[in-house]
Amino acid sequence: MDLKLLDVEPTEAERVVVDLFTGMGRDQLLPALHAVNDRVGWISQGALNHICRVLHVPPAEAYGVASFYSLFSLSERPAKITHVCVDLACQVNGAKALCDRLTDELGPAGAKSGWLRSPCLGVCEKAPAALAFEAGEVAKEQLLAPTHAGEVIAVAAAGPSHVDGERAEVPQAGSPGLRLLKRVGVVDPESLDDYRATGGYHALRTALLLGPSGVIREVSDAKLMGRGGAAFPTGRKWDATAKQPVRPHYLVCNADESEPGTFKDRLLMEGDPFAVIESMTIAGFAAGCSRGYLYLRGEYPRALHLLRNAISKARERNFLGENIMGHEGFSFDIEIRRGAGAYICGEETAIFNSIEGFRGEPRSKPPFPVEKGLFGKPTVVNNVETLVNVPVILTEGCEAYTRVGTEGSTGPKLFCLSGNVSRPGVYEVPFGTTLGELLDLAGGVPPGRELRAVLLGGAAGGFVRPDELDLPLTLEDARAAGTTLGSGVVLVLDDTADLGSFLLRIAAFFRDESCGQCVPCRIGTVRQEEALHRLVGKRPLSTSAADLQLLREVGQVMRDSSICGLGQTAWNAIESALDRLGYAEEAAK
Amino acid sequence: MTIVEIGLPKRLVEMTLDGESVRVPEGATILDACTAKGKSIPTLCYGDTLKPANACRVCMVEVEGSRTLVPSCSRKVEPGMVVHTDSERTQHSRKLVLELLGSATDLSTTPHVDEWMSACGADPSRFGPEAETKLQPTIVDNPLYVRDYGKCIMCYKCVDACGDQWQNSFAISVAGRGFDSRISTEFSTPLPDSACVYCGNCIEVCPTGALSFKREHDKREDGTWDESAQTQTTTVCTFCGVGCNLTLHVQDNEIVKVTSPHESTVTHGNLCIKGRFGWQHVQNR
Repeated sequence: MDLKLLDVEPTEAERVVVDLFTGMGRDQLLPALHAVNDRVGWISQGALNHICRVLHVPPAEAYGVASFYSLFSLSERPAKITHVCVDLACQVNGAKALCDRLTDELGPAGAKSGWLRSPCLGVCEKAPAALAFEAGEVAKEQLLAPTHAGEVIAVAAAGPSHVDGERAEVPQAGSPGLRLLKRVGVVDPESLDDYRATGGYHALRTALLLGPSGVIREVSDAKLMGRGGAAFPTGRKWDATAKQPVRPHYLVCNADESEPGTFKDRLLMEGDPFAVIESMTIAGFAAGCSRGYLYLRGEYPRALHLLRNAISKARERNFLGENIMGHEGFSFDIEIRRGAGAYICGEETAIFNSIEGFRGEPRSKPPFPVEKGLFGKPTVVNNVETLVNVPVILTEGCEAYTRVGTEGSTGPKLFCLSGNVSRPGVYEVPFGTTLGELLDLAGGVPPGRELRAVLLGGAAGGFVRPDELDLPLTLEDARAAGTTLGSGVVLVLDDTADLGSFLLRIAAFFRDESCGQCVPCRIGTVRQEEALHRLVGKRPLSTSAADLQLLREVGQVMRDSSICGLGQTAWNAIESALDRLGYAEEAAK
Repeated sequence: MTIVEIGLPKRLVEMTLDGESVRVPEGATILDACTAKGKSIPTLCYGDTLKPANACRVCMVEVEGSRTLVPSCSRKVEPGMVVHTDSERTQHSRKLVLELLGSATDLSTTPHVDEWMSACGADPSRFGPEAETKLQPTIVDNPLYVRDYGKCIMCYKCVDACGDQWQNSFAISVAGRGFDSRISTEFSTPLPDSACVYCGNCIEVCPTGALSFKREHDKREDGTWDESAQTQTTTVCTFCGVGCNLTLHVQDNEIVKVTSPHESTVTHGNLCIKGRFGWQHVQNR
């Protein structure tokens, strides 16, 4: 390709990091942008130009990609920047007061003052949270959670410290009967020996004995449903991919959990990283994939560190690479891809575009990923939690597995409890546990407060009232009750929560995270937010009833005509607040 | 010589379109089926010379068994498919999509949009005077093109025409995200510094007039653009040996615009800078 580049050169530091990509191609665009951002903290014209030269990417397209991700800045900013979460769980836990203090002390959010407002950082159990970043020869990141203004100001000035020895914690750590969380907070996540001593790589050995079709049969008979939100049968997905004659096949582990209030995959990756790697290897074996990509959201530095360690140790011991565990002909390896701040990249086809070095926009389906996915080849995309169920199935057997949970929703399920709850965190319970039982497990709302509502399933989910706590948490019961388990979000609101601002945050989230590809979502999310502002602020266009009607009409077109799940569900939670929580009447007063 | 495409005869697929049984060749889209039946479905991002972008969502129809509406411009007809083009859901979707577009963008030079809006009762002003818009100053940074992105509906056609579907210049891309997304060169560099080769193929496919030829733009500005007084003559470009078809748009015995027929097997509607703009010598008198 004959490229016309800008007449701008990179700095020496930029040149050095970009030159490391010499000889590579377009699919390294996102890693190259990360490399520059890690080194200098922003993407200059000279740096982007040099990336284009090295990777043979047209500058306009590289600019389109770089400007897609919120973690990158295309205008100069200081090396130190702190992302302060203002999303749902943090909002309920004082993010606004935190931001007000920061505004007073550091100035309004922006590159100049060194702090930015951020969507959900995925540490909702320790709200409010912030992530401090400092570019340099070795980029440093530090998670501050739970944090307070004093700490953010101090770290924003001094820069993050690199040492981050904190262990993943779950409230149930060490409890008997845990399957998915059994090692989290108990076993050293950096040690492959400890992993093996607690049953690690047993399942892969079983898988190699069963053969690919045997594994698929077990997973199908276990009735494992996807845990990322769409609840698609995993066995069917694997089978459809395995049967495709076209080679190679790819596996993508979707670890881009960005749904506000979701942090279960982070805990799994931080607490039991080898299990994620083993599960991916089994999936790769079953579906005939030679290569796996682990697409990790950019805001998870600790998970990145632990997964890198796990992959390199697994390679050393031949759990990844050629002829794995001595199984002739089975080769599989994993590459980690860091996201860069885009919720939409968790959509199963947007993730392909992101990995390939294009804008993370969803593709039109059909064709489905099992037929034409990553690089146009048959691809399995599974969520982290879905995958870590597989070793459980292979170890215990599919019959034992189906005895956990209910007929239609088998196995254990992780739920992310956050908001106004006494013991927030990730909880593992069998499907079928009622919402009330789950809340009790987490200690309910803080003493002296009253439960107002529970947001189930995330920003794309729906609200449940205090009188509906007997709802069994299964896919089928949630569906019948007009809500969804989504990604397992259980965000608790008590009587002190401000429902209006909570809904406004949901609307702002979808506006910010819409990729902009289709009209209903690109403009609809803006009109939805505007109408909601008028309703909450009691400044109707004509009457509140008319604004409510407008909101419903916009919601309907987003649901009917958006390309992907983001737009189709962007109205769910707001609609459910209007209808189930009675916010429609409240707003119309 | 006329080139006739010779291939295996296509199987026919049977479907139901608004209650009527229809047979279309295998591989045809729902839009093709509608066109064959004389049903007019509004489209904006669809281009007869481009792959469907599926972005504007004006052409959505209802397919029985599908949870959401589907874009008729790209969804291929399957045997037994039951399609409704005028159900309550499709009407609502079409109306809202047009209202959303009209509330954010200047559609004053978009052909047919007024008819579509009145047909479905769309009123973009419903979102109030404070509704955020994309209105912005027009960019004139070169002697050939005018870019008025306040009229841009983000249909991706110019990007596709500039990129690997036709021109392979890759001078423009979609930048930013969500409502802030926009068509841009790298770092919004002026066109003369970009990879643009002024083939004009982006303007050819623009459905809203966001992109226009400077000549046409200037004549529209001073009120001398009169399409009814124009004749169109298709001829062959004299510059090189490729033999591109040129359609000369002539007003008052002066060439005011050059296009190429989309059905031309040589150009598919595309030209280069010489064919598109190199005609001044014809009218040097």
